[in-house]
Amino acid sequence: MAKVLVVTSGKGGVGKTTSTAAIGAALAQSGQKVVVVDFDVGLRNLDLVMGAERRVVFDLINVVQGVAKLSQALIRDKRLENLWLLPASQTRDKDALTDEGVGRVIDELRQSFDWVICDSPAGIERGATLAMRYADEAVIVTNPEVSSVRDSDRIIGMLDSKTVKAEKGERVTKHILITRFDAARAARGEMLAIEDVLEILATPLLGIIPESQDVLRASNVGCPVVLNGPSTSAARAYMDATKRLLGETVTMKVPAERKGLMKLLLRRRAA
Amino acid sequence: MDAIAEPVTQPVRLRGRSYLAFVFTPVVPIVDWLAELDATLSRSPGFFVGKPVVLDLSAVELSRSAIAHLIVSLEKKNIRILGIEGVDPSLLSPTMPPVLSGGRVCEIAQVEPEKPEVRPQVASLLLDSPVRSGQSVVFPDGDITVLGSVGSGAELVAGGSIHVYGTLRGRAMAGVNGNPHARIFCQKIEAELLAIDGYYQTAEELDEALRNRPAQAWLDGGVMRITPLT
Repeated sequence: MAKVLVVTSGKGGVGKTTSTAAIGAALAQSGQKVVVVDFDVGLRNLDLVMGAERRVVFDLINVVQGVAKLSQALIRDKRLENLWLLPASQTRDKDALTDEGVGRVIDELRQSFDWVICDSPAGIERGATLAMRYADEAVIVTNPEVSSVRDSDRIIGMLDSKTVKAEKGERVTKHILITRFDAARAARGEMLAIEDVLEILATPLLGIIPESQDVLRASNVGCPVVLNGPSTSAARAYMDATKRLLGETVTMKVPAERKGLMKLLLRRRAA
Repeated sequence: MDAIAEPVTQPVRLRGRSYLAFVFTPVVPIVDWLAELDATLSRSPGFFVGKPVVLDLSAVELSRSAIAHLIVSLEKKNIRILGIEGVDPSLLSPTMPPVLSGGRVCEIAQVEPEKPEVRPQVASLLLDSPVRSGQSVVFPDGDITVLGSVGSGAELVAGGSIHVYGTLRGRAMAGVNGNPHARIFCQKIEAELLAIDGYYQTAEELDEALRNRPAQAWLDGGVMRITPLT
């Protein structure tokens, strides 16, 4: 059965698009048929991170408004044949998205894919609410700092009240993905501890992605980090997170400074 | 001439009087019909006490013993039968109520069974999930209890007291309708703002020693006190 996953955060610049590309690519690598959908209408980025910016003809808005067919707008990844991109429009804004139009597109995508991953724009306005509207699961991307955590808390509240699932009395399955985790700064106490983040958000942890030059490098060359540098710690962390998303049990590793010793954090299942 | 006083015989005076009787029309199966009657009685017990009841047997064909049995069952429910209608008189024994005829249908003013007293709503609101940043819970009628934390940027407004079984990081305003006796309780205090009946304190004024401990806030005259809960 197709799953609709929204990657969201509230705050900008925490790594939603990077995570969408990485998780999408990792899922496709494991044999799932995946489409990543850019909801950041007007400020699209996912096409760049996926390296498909020169192949965009039609976009999400065209499909929502019925100008183009879904098959015309979908772009197949050149590296993974299971991975597709539905780009956003750069010339329009979020008001061009309609609830029923998005619902129709998501329904249609559900027919032909195992995973529909919606890359949410920052904020809590139309773009973000429509990206999460039809989600079955949510990955809340959080940096270990107070402003990001508070915004994530706000987004979790919206996932619990503004989605179709919530309105039907069901629950969107939520996961916290901590990104840009800097082991050195964490050791100096300059960042919120993982436990504190989880205590505040009261939501299970999906993974911890270390702050890394590899992520930046991958974005710049337009390739998801799990494909660009599969042996890097960030790529491995994304792959582990993806396995957990698929229901596997993988021991949680807290990225440590290069002193060799990896601390193990027991899997926390917060209330 | 002796006048013999003849005993004066008072002629029996007959007066007519009409009463409104309830007519019961049993249908087969009688057991179900009796169960139905029981249900009615349980809603308004004593409804038929002292009221004349006529049994109309035209819808069923019962033997003499069955009729006797039915009358006994009704008597057990405290329903006494005044007369029987729609039945062959030969089926009735002398101890049974007499056969009636010539009844006319009339409207019965339905007496509404008394509604069970509606209890006043319990003035308390229970939230069993965390209150997230940006959410605002307003309950002017009484207490708010939260089983979980209240996030930074969330807001609780209660007419009564506020209880948080988790960390209180947001704002809590108790006794907003002018109740100086309202209090705020929490397992861990990191509140941005606490207010009771208009008196407030911000996080800055909060004693560092209290942070991250169970605490309560209450009004002592015009002064807000925040004290640890031990």
